[in-house]
Amino acid sequence: MTTSTIASQQAPLGRRVKRFMSDYPLVPLLALLIVLVVALNIIQPGILNQRWVANTVKFAIPLALLAGCQTMTMLTGGIDLSVGTAATMAAFIVATQGAIHDPATAMALALVPALFIGFANGIGVGVFRVHPLIMTLGTSLIGIGCLQVYQRTVIASGAKVPDFLIWLGTGVTGGFPNALLLFVPVAALLIFIQRRTGFGRLLYAIGDNERATRLSGVKYWQVILALYMFSSLLAGVMGLLYIGLIKAPSLSLAEPLVLTSVAAAVIGGTSIFGGRGSYTGTIVGALILQVMITLLTVLQMPEGARRILFGAIILTVTAAYLRIIEDR
Amino acid sequence: MMRHLRQQGWIAGLVVLFVLLFISAKLIQPSYGAGDFGSLARAALPFAFAVAAQTVVVIAGGIDLSVAAMMAVTSVTAAALMAGASPEFALLVVPFVLLMGFSLGALNGILIVVTRVPDIVVTLATLFMLQGAALLILPAPGGGSAEWLRSLIVGTVPLPALPDNVTAWFPKALLLLVVLLGIVWIPLKRSRLGLSIYAIGSNELAAFRSGVPVARTKILAYAFGGLFGAMGGLALTMSTGIGAPIPGPYLMASVAAVVLGGVVLGGGKGGLLGPIIAVFVLRLARTVLTLLAIDPNVTAIVEGTILVAVVMFGAFIALRSRPA
Repeated sequence: MTTSTIASQQAPLGRRVKRFMSDYPLVPLLALLIVLVVALNIIQPGILNQRWVANTVKFAIPLALLAGCQTMTMLTGGIDLSVGTAATMAAFIVATQGAIHDPATAMALALVPALFIGFANGIGVGVFRVHPLIMTLGTSLIGIGCLQVYQRTVIASGAKVPDFLIWLGTGVTGGFPNALLLFVPVAALLIFIQRRTGFGRLLYAIGDNERATRLSGVKYWQVILALYMFSSLLAGVMGLLYIGLIKAPSLSLAEPLVLTSVAAAVIGGTSIFGGRGSYTGTIVGALILQVMITLLTVLQMPEGARRILFGAIILTVTAAYLRIIEDR
Repeated sequence: MMRHLRQQGWIAGLVVLFVLLFISAKLIQPSYGAGDFGSLARAALPFAFAVAAQTVVVIAGGIDLSVAAMMAVTSVTAAALMAGASPEFALLVVPFVLLMGFSLGALNGILIVVTRVPDIVVTLATLFMLQGAALLILPAPGGGSAEWLRSLIVGTVPLPALPDNVTAWFPKALLLLVVLLGIVWIPLKRSRLGLSIYAIGSNELAAFRSGVPVARTKILAYAFGGLFGAMGGLALTMSTGIGAPIPGPYLMASVAAVVLGGVVLGGGKGGLLGPIIAVFVLRLARTVLTLLAIDPNVTAIVEGTILVAVVMFGAFIALRSRPA
């Protein structure tokens, strides 16, 4: 203990800062978030008010939920690209069934396809050992196809988003977005699963060394099946929230968020190869991306330049972050 | 030996699948013939180049999410440069665009090597950047294409020694595809670099320890991916006559055909022939479903199911043949 304190005192300042940041990987992320917010306030003075914060949080929550799916699956070295489809299906179905059934039934119906997608993903990845990237791309193709067929059968019935979802998605109570009522328990649950439960430890273990985990008696396919079903269910719930926010059902509702959710998880420090990461980092990652999107909008650049900057920032942040936390 | 047999068996299976699909197309619609084969080849052209791009990268153990965006940016560049220009100028545009694809691909590789960020994240970031660049070059679909370039893929190859009903089966698009892929891929595969690409895909550490220049090989693999992507972009401009800044569905299709073509994700195994045949199988399957007068939306479901089923089957075979 004493030797290590002495060593750290003798080390040069830059090195100590680096080691501190590598021990607390959340610190540089939060610093970046603050820098971005300050930059935003300098570019557009006065933008930083309670309404703006509530709005940013409101739009960051769906992203953070989808990024939660990516965090969980990435812990095992996987990825879930079908989350966009699962979310879109849930959103579209709840809007169309909401016109026929009562909201509770519609919401329950809406989550069924998400579970099917998750089940198929879990069987494919866990039992047949298909690469998760391919498996989830495939199921998302199938899902979108099914949704297009479904769309033609319900075209006459019209769409109605349940009032409860609109309240949850867009409402703000006392300065706090109502969506936090959903997000805080979900985030707490995810963090609890990752830190305190055997299931969470198995996810890290599989991502770290799958072979060793299997040899020590873990039923690999059961863990993977549960994981992907959970991920899809979470995506479905996100879809319900997102339709309350956007209010217009479409067949590509959540699709644009998929790659961004991967970026949020990666920026938040989750390793795409598995075994390392946490949901707290991902939440900050989602907030960073959301603030960045506002920043790029405020700068009033052409759409093309905005995308270029977005890509460049994702890459720079990830590279810098890897440098910091890998320096051990 | 067994591995070799399995590889050939896989390709043979794909060919059989293609023939079966063709026969069923013929059965459903007796007039289905050479002309339709020509349009199939034309429609498959951009897909085939996208798949070639993905194949090289996957064999080297990577994955390229930016392939569709690469095609979009090269396509709009070509279309913007050729709009209203003389046919001779187009002769300069083609090599320029190919060079651009090669360097942008190399940039992908350099970023991966330098930043040490996983390839999937780097190419995700370059996907956004290339998309943005395409939107800056042409904010809306537009531009033009030289007439001689467009005529390269329309019609059939005139073979003087053969009667018309035989030459009808050799569409120019197919010839172009075979020639372009052949002059790049065959020398590449036989070269030292080709061997190195397979080596780093198979086991990067082992390759490094046997003296393979891993960084350089990886950069070049992505550069060749970019070159094929640029060919795909040119093919898009050739077939539509314009350039569109929004990327088409080529990313998903390329990954699907790579897997269906017997290239192992993770690298080191497979060739270019399998994925190319797989592209034609997937395109023909779509045609057959259309001929069956099936709702085009159901076609998407069937395509996805085929992909998933094939991948599961392939993974299952791999599991059985290798003691766990």
